[in-house]
Amino acid sequence: MLSRVAEAIYWMNRYIERAESVARFVDVNLHLALDLAEGGREQWAPIIATTGDDALFAARHGEATRANALRFLTFDAAYPSSILSCLRAARENARSVREAISSEMWETVNRAYLSVHDASRRQDDVLAAPHDFYDDVKLAAQQFVGTAYVTMTHNEAWHFARMGRLLERADKTSRILDVKYFMLLPELSDVGTTYDEVQWAALLKSASAFEMYRKRWGLIVPSRVVAFLSLDRSFPRSMRYCVTKAERSLHAITGNAVNTASSAAERALGRLRAELEFVDAEELIAAGLHERIDAFQSRLNAVGDAVYETFFATRPVR
Amino acid sequence: MDTDAYDPGDFYDELFEARGRPRPGASLLIERLQGMSDAELQRRRSGAERALLTMGATFNVYGDEAGTEKILPFDIVPRIVEADDWARIERGLAQRIRALNLFIADCYGEQRILQERVVPRELVESSRVFLRRCVGMKPPKGIWCHITGTDLVRDRDGAWLVLEDNLRCPSGVSYVLQNRQVMKRTLPHVFEASRVRPVDVYPSRLRAMLEQVRPAQSGDPPTCVLLTPGSFNSAYFEHSFLAQQMGVELVEGRDLVVIDRAVHMRTTRGFQRVDVIYRRMDDAFLDPLAFREDSLLGVPGLIDAYEQGNVSLVNAPGTGVADDKVVYAYVPKIIRFYLGEDAILPNVPTFLCAEDRDRKHVLENLEGMVVKAATESGGYGMLVGPASTAAEREAFARRIEADPRNYIAQPTVSLSRVPTLVDGHLEGRHVDLRPYVLYGDELFVLPGGLTRVALRPGSLVVNSSQGGGSKDTWVLHGGEVKPC
Repeated sequence: MLSRVAEAIYWMNRYIERAESVARFVDVNLHLALDLAEGGREQWAPIIATTGDDALFAARHGEATRANALRFLTFDAAYPSSILSCLRAARENARSVREAISSEMWETVNRAYLSVHDASRRQDDVLAAPHDFYDDVKLAAQQFVGTAYVTMTHNEAWHFARMGRLLERADKTSRILDVKYFMLLPELSDVGTTYDEVQWAALLKSASAFEMYRKRWGLIVPSRVVAFLSLDRSFPRSMRYCVTKAERSLHAITGNAVNTASSAAERALGRLRAELEFVDAEELIAAGLHERIDAFQSRLNAVGDAVYETFFATRPVR
Repeated sequence: MDTDAYDPGDFYDELFEARGRPRPGASLLIERLQGMSDAELQRRRSGAERALLTMGATFNVYGDEAGTEKILPFDIVPRIVEADDWARIERGLAQRIRALNLFIADCYGEQRILQERVVPRELVESSRVFLRRCVGMKPPKGIWCHITGTDLVRDRDGAWLVLEDNLRCPSGVSYVLQNRQVMKRTLPHVFEASRVRPVDVYPSRLRAMLEQVRPAQSGDPPTCVLLTPGSFNSAYFEHSFLAQQMGVELVEGRDLVVIDRAVHMRTTRGFQRVDVIYRRMDDAFLDPLAFREDSLLGVPGLIDAYEQGNVSLVNAPGTGVADDKVVYAYVPKIIRFYLGEDAILPNVPTFLCAEDRDRKHVLENLEGMVVKAATESGGYGMLVGPASTAAEREAFARRIEADPRNYIAQPTVSLSRVPTLVDGHLEGRHVDLRPYVLYGDELFVLPGGLTRVALRPGSLVVNSSQGGGSKDTWVLHGGEVKPC
């Protein structure tokens, strides 16, 4: 397939996944805010911090109030990872490869963008009762994934789509895990209290992982939450799951067996997967979770660069 | 919907013989419309426009924000063409396009028609779209113009006339296909009873034609692509729609590269050879080495690869020479010269401003004339006399005198009308018709076409850039239809 088309499909899926992550993230924090509201403990600064874009936020909106955070993450057209910007980018990418995806996929992403664009024109109304809106965004993104699954041949293009989606999701789950690092407990005595548990539960919900965690582990235990989100083998948002399946797609694209590596992309992703393969949660935490997550994110970025070099970059003619 | 209240007026009406008297082919449609409430019709119309927007059947308005593309306004009252009329149109178009192809081949070959002075030599050789580089070229099967979209109109008596030949990159066929989809879901009960000929075959016929005109030493099956200027082009939707429906790659100039005088595309597995290019950009932009040096859209070396016979271009470069609006005036003579036949579909009477007598007549009667620049299209560079101001006519007269070769004029044709839904009732609006013709191993006329409608009351200009919309075009089956 054309390199340009592969790249557009890859990014279309990353952006849709990103929009969904932001929606879920914001929604959970809204719920959390209600639980913690009485003590004035509503925290939006950590949410902004985990995006890594706090400087841009401060410059554009100033104080990390709820209203400012919601506008920034949802409707700020100048912020490339706002829901609106993500869906616009996804749609523009889709528009440039409409012939390569199914009509149903195009219509799903087009409808999602048009409805968020429409909502951006009545922000005050939407943000006054935002839960329905974020639900719609999540649903639209999930509908897109399902539509792609059942309407598109599972060929090279489809694997580029899946790889993009999974790499993005691995990154987002790692960031969710990192929230806890930024989130301040008001008092030392709060550790191990209801507040602590509420926050860990919120973390799981941000990754739509709460119910699945309960089935697997029952009680909320911080080290198990970390294990579940980073290393669970079957939960579709765990970092290990995403990286393993992304690697499968990568090898479906190249046609090489897993554990062979003939391209920069295969080498980078293979190494990252191997690392996650042989680590356990205690080790992660002992080495400093935040530092490990930071390292994971830069490795993941390197995978993205290698994918670009291997498949999308313009090659010189001989 | 009270269809008896509709006033066909002093025009040829496509659906009514007279007030309250539908034409035979339209009686079923009118009867069904009569059975629907005004509100119901309005609801269906909004539903149709929403469907078009979701499909993304849009054209871009340059400089607008994403998601604000416009749909071509769509009217749910179809235009009906009866079987007999269509049979004549089909024969007329086939004749015209055969003759024009012979003409193009001759202009770039022996130039018999110029030597015999049937068409003046200086007319062809002074044309901006005559490409010297193409002289001596022999495209596969001798076909230059593979895809045509000829504009037809009907006058006050209902006679079909050719208004314009579009032999370069005619657009609009995607609207024909999408409008039909929308009509089927908007008025299914009307549609199913009406014995309408299907248009959905177009993409397969198009792909078959592309494969038929492949270069001699190409892959089997050949690799066909559609070349678009990119997603900012106003017709981008159509490019991607056709590529998708045909199942071919949609490429931009930057996706293609010429290696060893052959065209390749950049894929995730390296370079892949391309055999046939359906290009949707003007000749001038195709290859910065051959034509416009400043073209960033084109592919350096493309024309050389074409001349080597390593790739086919559809339409061939250089076809513009035959849709020059001055050459248009000579088409009846061109048909006679090559085929020895009279034109089945006549031209609109045309005055050539280059000729003294004609020019005098035009300048004296500007108010009743439509004046067109020879090589413009899309409704640009033209004067519609009856709708113009004295100052505009004055300015246009000076332009004609400065460059008479570049202008033709036609008496205003009183275009036929079709009832159109306006504010919940029917009003007559002027229309034209653009049928699409493919020319490969055989000549294929799509039974249908783009009916463009001038939505402004009284307006005769149907171009989308000038406030036009579109309707579905129903070509009816002839004779008895056998039950399946």
